[in-house]
Amino acid sequence: MSQASTEIIRISGHAGTVPGAGMNREFQVCKLVDTTTCIGCKACEVACLEWNGYTFSETKFDNTYQTMPETAWNYWNLIKFNEHERDDGSLMLLMRKDQCMHCEDPGCLAACPADAAIVQYANGIVDFQEANCIGCGYCITGCPFNIPKFSPAARKVFKCTLCNDRVSQGLEPACIKACPTGCLHFGTKSEMKELAETRAEQLRDNSGFADAGVYDPPGVGGTHVIYVLHDAKNPELYGGLPKDPHIPYSVRLWKGPLKWLGNVAMIGGLVGLAWHYMRYGPKKEEPIPPDERRQ
Amino acid sequence: MSSEAIPQPGAASQSGQLIPRYSLGERANHWLGALAYIYLLITGLAFWSPYLYWMAAVAGGGPVARSWHPWFGLVFTASLCWTFKEWRRDMKIDDSDRAWGKAIPDYIQNEDDKLPPVGQFNFGQKLFFWGMFYGVILLLLSGIVLWYTETLPWSQRYVRYTAVLLHASVALITIGLFLIHVYMSAILEEGSFGSMIHGTVTRAWAWTFHRTWYYEVTGKSQPKQ
Repeated sequence: MSQASTEIIRISGHAGTVPGAGMNREFQVCKLVDTTTCIGCKACEVACLEWNGYTFSETKFDNTYQTMPETAWNYWNLIKFNEHERDDGSLMLLMRKDQCMHCEDPGCLAACPADAAIVQYANGIVDFQEANCIGCGYCITGCPFNIPKFSPAARKVFKCTLCNDRVSQGLEPACIKACPTGCLHFGTKSEMKELAETRAEQLRDNSGFADAGVYDPPGVGGTHVIYVLHDAKNPELYGGLPKDPHIPYSVRLWKGPLKWLGNVAMIGGLVGLAWHYMRYGPKKEEPIPPDERRQ
Repeated sequence: MSSEAIPQPGAASQSGQLIPRYSLGERANHWLGALAYIYLLITGLAFWSPYLYWMAAVAGGGPVARSWHPWFGLVFTASLCWTFKEWRRDMKIDDSDRAWGKAIPDYIQNEDDKLPPVGQFNFGQKLFFWGMFYGVILLLLSGIVLWYTETLPWSQRYVRYTAVLLHASVALITIGLFLIHVYMSAILEEGSFGSMIHGTVTRAWAWTFHRTWYYEVTGKSQPKQ
């Protein structure tokens, strides 16, 4: 990476310490969603549509404030609402901005068969390249967060890009830009993790949320979208955020051991058949004995 | 194939004379199924491994391969259903098949004279037929899930998880069956490949490989052992 040339390790003929030694530039980006300060205004939903060039489509009302039941191929950012009754009988309106989590170990990418249809950048962004997508939908099976969505018209799959086009130009994602409460933050992974932990500590110490914590699930190697939750022990309350997300075991089995077993069996089978022909040769018909011909 | 080459049952026989084995319909259906299977194999392998993804180009490109693979699957299923209708009685596995199955090492070592006499189809052919038949049922069921995978709600994602694993596993089994079938009929057993083109086999071929069937179609009685 070009920026790495600003980092000095050794200097010839130099007395004393190397200036800038220990300097570290972090490339990993992260979005922090603080659900405890979200007001559900949906500015992020609108900003996402505007930046990515989608028009507002028909919504599905389900007796909550939620725009539609789940994200769509042309609606990548959706606040999920849940009216949660706590043990003491008080009510909480839980709101979580749902979008691609940009997993460190992306299940979509593991499942995808098309060359270069899904790429993972060094900054952690996982992006679909629709030009290479064949529309098989294996990414839908691989994703533990229900994010990739199929467009019947394009016959390709779409999802949040973490505004890769903006981030690569040094801008923050459109949703972050639009958030009026400051519940959305964008920065390096370590900065966001630190900020999230500080906020969770505040919630635990000062606001009576003893189970407040940060959602950065290790099952997918961590994510480049992290959440602060009032109740980190029950992430399902926040619009079905999975407790321990991981790439489905069947996808792991299919893309791992089964693939090796299958390849060895197919190649072994071909070699075995070739060996059989060389060892035993063809089966030839035999002439019918004369005594049988006359029967 | 000229009709006068086909002898009437009971007519004077010679080793080179021809016996009808597969009707025109059976042969047409076989090659329809074969073509469909080969397309399914090429596109399926393209989706199976990145090292074989180039095969999608041969089959019309990635998106076309993805669109057509399920349709060819339906063609293959239809072909196999017709085969089932026509052959299911002939494919019934009985005790003589099990006896033949015990002697399969002799068959593998080309010592066919040590094997019990065989009817129209031997035990291996019957296993191939039933393997493909039950395989295609599982492939069809899992294939429909993969065809319209995006229409399944999130709550039924376990159906998708099952389908991807099942489709690949069963496909591998049918590839094994396919390889053995092609090897045996087109390479190993001389005269078999031609029978699926011309519809006929020589009397000697029938006597050598399917002796019970040879006695049936020629109207000859089997000599006492």
